[in-house]
Amino acid sequence: MAASDSHKVAASAERSQLRERAADYLLRRHYFHWPEALPWLIAIAAFFIFPERMTFGGQVLIMVLFALSLDLILGYAGIVTLGHAAFFGIGAYTVGLLIARFGWSEPISSLIAAAALAGLGGFVSGWFLLRYRGLTLLMLTLATAIMLQETGNLRSDISGGYDGLPGLVISPLFGVFDYDLYGHVNYIYVLAVLAIVFYFVRRIVYSPFGQALTGIRENVWRMHAIGSPVHRRLVAVYSIAAAIAGIAGALFTQTNAYVTLTVFEFNNSATVMVMLILGGTGRLYGAFIGAVVYMLLEDYFSKLSPTFWQFGIGLLLVLAVLFARRGLLGLLEDAGKYFKKKVQP
Amino acid sequence: MIAALQKPALQKPALQKPALEVQGLNRSFGALQATCDVNLTLERGARRALIGPNGAGKTTLVNLITGVLKPSSGRVLLNGEDISSSSQADRARRGLARTFQINQLFRGLTVLENLCMTIGERDGNCNNMWRSAGAKRSVIDEALNHLESLRLVDDALKLVRELPYGRQRLVEIAIALAQKPRVLLLDEPAAGVPSSESHLILDVVASLDPDIAILIIEHDMDVVLRFAKQITVMVQGAVLVEGPPSEIMNNEQVRAVYLGQESGRHG
Repeated sequence: MAASDSHKVAASAERSQLRERAADYLLRRHYFHWPEALPWLIAIAAFFIFPERMTFGGQVLIMVLFALSLDLILGYAGIVTLGHAAFFGIGAYTVGLLIARFGWSEPISSLIAAAALAGLGGFVSGWFLLRYRGLTLLMLTLATAIMLQETGNLRSDISGGYDGLPGLVISPLFGVFDYDLYGHVNYIYVLAVLAIVFYFVRRIVYSPFGQALTGIRENVWRMHAIGSPVHRRLVAVYSIAAAIAGIAGALFTQTNAYVTLTVFEFNNSATVMVMLILGGTGRLYGAFIGAVVYMLLEDYFSKLSPTFWQFGIGLLLVLAVLFARRGLLGLLEDAGKYFKKKVQP
Repeated sequence: MIAALQKPALQKPALQKPALEVQGLNRSFGALQATCDVNLTLERGARRALIGPNGAGKTTLVNLITGVLKPSSGRVLLNGEDISSSSQADRARRGLARTFQINQLFRGLTVLENLCMTIGERDGNCNNMWRSAGAKRSVIDEALNHLESLRLVDDALKLVRELPYGRQRLVEIAIALAQKPRVLLLDEPAAGVPSSESHLILDVVASLDPDIAILIIEHDMDVVLRFAKQITVMVQGAVLVEGPPSEIMNNEQVRAVYLGQESGRHG
């Protein structure tokens, strides 16, 4: 520090001001910004404005959570995967099997069990797969999800096969709050889980570990050259993301009170990726915007045209990829900057 | 100024052992023998230039030393320790740093973040998932010191991809220095930089900490002669000759193979 002190004294006031400004940027980057409250306020407001649609609301929040887990690995670490549904499925089946085969219906403990098992699945598969990149990784992750699905199909005596495990009865939350028909309790429960997980993810993203993930995404050669244990970091974040996807899957089973092998399907992996890209990768709240917009449009279009609704989603994605490369959130950020400039020229 | 900042990370180097030793290194790509029984020694604080015509295997040698490539046979020793089977990252953590011939930077991040990342990985901070990355003021201050010594503070908050190429080359060097290396391999540090700016980079290279052992790959003979105390000439994957600049310049073989060919370019 002696060198840096003498440095400072020698430096002109202007120079030290420059240093302060630069340091401030890093020191304050992780501070809470008020627009961050907006999605949470909307989520709470929705509870009071659309009380009859809370089952759907719960589904939306689950997809937000699922997309958030993908953002951690795709948006931050740059891991491209088409098999993220594998971990969603593990979580979903952990809860389903615990109830159907072991009679364990307590929601919180089975949620934790789901996270642990999905995380373990992420750790084991990540250990082997994350040596590969690009197309190879894409195919291997896809194959992992299909293999899990086929394993479930093979032992349909346990998994219930494609008929699934219907009519699961979940115990009251904390032994007190029973799941109601309108999904009110469930909505609050899912929102609370989402908020807790989000807090963890946000800390990770702004931590030195999270910065290292960004480094891996930006330039893996440079990371190797500065001595970063790249594989270890990737496996770590992959396991965490898998655990979160597992939580999303667990909530999915608890919300619907049934689960079938379709949770492992490619369609599920692809949908969550479309949501994230639509909202914007590598920026946390992209998962919110993407999942909400996608689910709302799907809901709206499917009522408008039950056979043709995917066209609307497809068109939106094409537009987003062409004109909003950083997703809807990127578009919002640009608009924000534009108006700021207009206000203070 | 730079020298004061660049104390090696570990203060107990084995004095009698060379900083870097390459023994009988071989590597082939199919039928092409890219590296052929190369022996090379960098003493502590060495200033050695590695020259040779295009395709002589200079960059391949750097990649073999740093662990990007695995040799077919031969050994690499860092301060007397065999690192032949170590990973690239492990070698970096032991004090072996390099710059790339073509920039390898975090282009979407700010210059300051590029440096903080390097310092974070060097100090093993990056296992931490909970604390904020910006919370360690000492890391930021050190990063700014490195930037100041290379006159990059003005660009600290700019994204790397927004900088002109010459400034990016300086960031490349700043990152290598932030690793506090004991051995530094510079792969054409001024490549791709207009000559009006290259002097800045070469001034930086010339004033590096005398304790760091440096191997520089460079085509410009003026730079080589100004910087290097020893020169190694490579041709077709093998070391042709090595020695002090005066010897190399007067060596008939070198003149025939290398300087003759290059004289048109550098007069």
